[in-house]
Amino acid sequence: MNVEILSRIQFALTVAFHFLFPPMSIGLGLMLVMMQGLRLRTGNPVYLTMSRFWTRVFGLIFAIGVATGIPMEFQFGTNWARYARFVGDIFGSPLAIEGIYAFFLESGFLALLLFGWNKIGPRMHFFSTCMVALGAHFSAIWILVANSWMQTPAGYHLAKQIKLTASGQQFPMNADLGPIAYTVRETVLPADYVVRPEDLHQVRAVVDSIYAAILNPSTLDRLAHTVLACWIAGAFLVIAVSAWWLLRGRNIDVARASVKLGLVVAVVACLLQMQAADSTARGVARLQPTKLAAMEGLAQSQTEAPLGVVGFARWKRDARGEIIGVTTDALRVPGMLSVLVSGNFLHPIAASATEVAGLESLPSDEFLRRRHPEASAAELVKLRPSYWPNVPVLFQTYHLMIALGMGLTGIALLGLWLWYSGQLWNTQSKLIRAFLWLLVVSAVLPQIAIQAGWFTAEMGRQPWIVYQVLKTNDAMSAVVKIPQVLSSILMFLFIYLLLGILFVFLFVKFVQQGPVDSESGAGLMDRWRPLSLKAGRQTTGNTKTPGE
Amino acid sequence: MDLNTLWFVLVGVLFTGYAMLDGFDLGVGALLPFAKGDEERRIFLNAIGPIWDGNEVWLVTGGGALFAAFPNVYATVFSGFYDAFMLLLVALIFRAVAIEFRSQRQGGGWRTTWDVAFSVSSMASALLIGVALGNIVWGIPLDASRDFSGSFLSLLHPYSLLVGVTAVALFVMHANLYLLLKTDGALQEKLARWTKLTVPAYLGCFLILSGVTVFACPHIQAALAQRPWILGAIFLVALLVTLNIPAQVRKGPGYEGRAFVSSCLSLVMLMLLFGASVYPTMVFSTPDVADSLNIYNGSSTDKSLRFMAWVALIGMPIVVAYTATVYYVFRGKVTLTDRSY
Ligand code: HDD
Ligand code: HEM
Ligand code: HEM
Repeated sequence: MNVEILSRIQFALTVAFHFLFPPMSIGLGLMLVMMQGLRLRTGNPVYLTMSRFWTRVFGLIFAIGVATGIPMEFQFGTNWARYARFVGDIFGSPLAIEGIYAFFLESGFLALLLFGWNKIGPRMHFFSTCMVALGAHFSAIWILVANSWMQTPAGYHLAKQIKLTASGQQFPMNADLGPIAYTVRETVLPADYVVRPEDLHQVRAVVDSIYAAILNPSTLDRLAHTVLACWIAGAFLVIAVSAWWLLRGRNIDVARASVKLGLVVAVVACLLQMQAADSTARGVARLQPTKLAAMEGLAQSQTEAPLGVVGFARWKRDARGEIIGVTTDALRVPGMLSVLVSGNFLHPIAASATEVAGLESLPSDEFLRRRHPEASAAELVKLRPSYWPNVPVLFQTYHLMIALGMGLTGIALLGLWLWYSGQLWNTQSKLIRAFLWLLVVSAVLPQIAIQAGWFTAEMGRQPWIVYQVLKTNDAMSAVVKIPQVLSSILMFLFIYLLLGILFVFLFVKFVQQGPVDSESGAGLMDRWRPLSLKAGRQTTGNTKTPGE
Repeated sequence: MDLNTLWFVLVGVLFTGYAMLDGFDLGVGALLPFAKGDEERRIFLNAIGPIWDGNEVWLVTGGGALFAAFPNVYATVFSGFYDAFMLLLVALIFRAVAIEFRSQRQGGGWRTTWDVAFSVSSMASALLIGVALGNIVWGIPLDASRDFSGSFLSLLHPYSLLVGVTAVALFVMHANLYLLLKTDGALQEKLARWTKLTVPAYLGCFLILSGVTVFACPHIQAALAQRPWILGAIFLVALLVTLNIPAQVRKGPGYEGRAFVSSCLSLVMLMLLFGASVYPTMVFSTPDVADSLNIYNGSSTDKSLRFMAWVALIGMPIVVAYTATVYYVFRGKVTLTDRSY
């Protein structure tokens, strides 16, 4: 155990726990906008009861999202100080923008959403809900911009700083010049410059084009894929709770309307996700071929490369236990990976001739030679595996995500069909009951897929923290010691375990209690009348609206 | 004003916003144990209920802005104060969930547990923030690559602890005045009585701290020699607005607003005093001042600073506008409903 491994474990633990909650608030945010919107359009009281219930749940989810988000913001400095210095010129900006444009928006309007029921009118309240949902999506955008830049850095150059004395002498940045006055000069390094550990106090990434850095080659794919994943998570959360009510025969009206709304969102998001996921995977093939080969456990470069479904990838080791290659043992669809990578689904036969690079030639010889100029050809082959991510784990997380994605799409489509054919509400039928139980369980499936996806993306980036520019083990804080990180990991572990248990406990209580509404809800049904443009501006008087 | 100075000011504005707004949240936490019964506690908590989260975002954004504008300062301070920041994180996590969890169940034991969590973590946050600030003013040992080279215990010296205590006193007073504004009747009278203690306590801390800073803190003496008039003027205004607080409170109901605004101004002046006395240095290095981090050797490039300046100058007015709207909607005395915490 060293500080690097411990810091990675800590980061993985804290971000994985944090990221259980934002998908729910992003997805639920969208659902809340739809629920309130439907109430204001149709006047159906069910939608108001529904949105009142889910608003309370939203408050709980949001509180834990915030509590676990703050450590994330701090950790780049506490655990990854050298990384923070190296990329600060570029990477800090999206984080600051996220604060200014997303977190303020979310938390400001959240106050109106949670506590404004009787203080502001329905229009203003609906607007606040939209702003909260928008804020949640903005925070996804900016954090994903930051993350995508570390995956596929763009719009920057490397620059070296030196100390320059008045007499024109140059010194490295960490030279102690005592009382001699100096200025700092920054010089541009060539594009293919290789960062070495001894450079770390004097080389940094400097922004060339802010727009190229923000819209780096993987931003849009990652954004579409992740936001859709969040919608899926939100939709299945609503579906699962409502399915449980249906099974118990409680809150039937609300439950049915919620299942319908959830299924529509889930089907749309799942189908769009197929497209987005395909595009994401093709992006990885183009921009991070080593990662793609590792995800599929592909050893040799080949045409008609197969796509794994389930199975194992294992390390191949030599007598001394050093990694020398990979073997896979899996059910596969022949040629499919080549077709997917080419993206040419109309001509699968032609497309299957596309060559997909394997780990034995990745990263390329040229890439290795630039980093190890004095190594012989045989030594390069030996060095190559140290540039591979953890193939056995990636193979599992990646295929788990795909299986869950396919499964969720199937569940959503089946649910839609059962609803359409009128069978879904027949809760006497054994088969329907089984399906409803499946829906209850399905709340956790998107969460597992999301975690699996992130582990794929992040572990697949190793050994780099900034892909092919800065190594993870050059990035942690120089001054932080093992006992410090070890104790903070234990502390986070303890606190997050506690929070997790309390969250589940309170969430279950909420669900059992259901959408009960007391005094403050009574007047709302009246005030939240359909907004109709023809009737002119709505007043909040006592006039009855037809249809209530 | 060059870009680096602009960003020094902007980061200062964000942290001042944090101290001014979340300051009273933290103080409410510290005062919570002195509230009698569940009803009073709920009034305290609901006085900050809708807004505490927005207030905390000033800290998150301040951190993000520090990272974007002065990455070296962010890296040095956050990694150097590792243990202190981890403790601060624990406190902030518990604070954030305690209000939410507390209101979900009735039982006495449950509520008491979360009340204790809330007030301990609020006080700890205030103290830790003060100690961190104290160390920045006093100076910390940095090596030639501008990394912190001391230990956690070396951060706890009399001066930084004094700043920590002052921060707690300040936030308690601030919260006391805020609660005065949000309550009425017997509870308000009780809170008015409390100000007889909290206001002088802060005033005392403030004067002692000022004295110690001027006489014992070498960098501040240098700054004082350089710009005595500016610093003197700020100090004077800070003293006057603070003295205005008891004067307003004494006038009784109807003047709580003015007392609270004075308290806000006193906080702003204190941060201004701090900024004006360290500028352009951000982290003093002791004993070797040459290794200090300032707004030039700690910053991002001009291109980045210029872009972010536009981002902030467009975004922050919008933020201020809707934050003000939210405060306006929740103006007036606290009333408890079934949707309250
Ligand atoms: C409900 C969640 C969910 C579902 C059903 C899927 N994914 Fe996914 N996937 C994610 C949630 C996710 C994610 C958590 O959002 C990730 C992590 C990083 C990212 O960009 O999105 C991700 C990453 C991710 C990556 C790695 C990106 C990178 O390393 O940069 C690939 C190649 C795919 N996905 C491909 C797929 C495919 C082919 C799917 C087939 C249906 C699929 N995903 C379903
Ligand atoms: C290392 C990465 C991350 C950092 C530094 C980070 C930072 C933060 C912080 C500081 C908060 C609290 C904001 C507040 O006080 O209101 C927060 C909450 C949030 N974060 Fe993260 N976050 C990270 C990962 C992510 C990712 C990947 C997403 C989305 C794709 C995300 C989406 C959100 C959302 C929507 C919230 C609002 C609270 C909630 O909805 O639960 N975060 N994050
Ligand atoms: C929200 C979901 C995310 C999850 C589940 C996740 C997961 C992980 C995991 C598992 C690691 C450890 C990798 C390893 O040790 O092999 C890691 C590292 C890291 N991630 Fe993420 N990540 C997420 C989002 C983000 C985002 C949005 C950012 C940046 C803005 C980010 C930045 C980092 C950094 C700086 C490290 C540490 C260095 C490293 O190990 O490469 N992560 N993350």
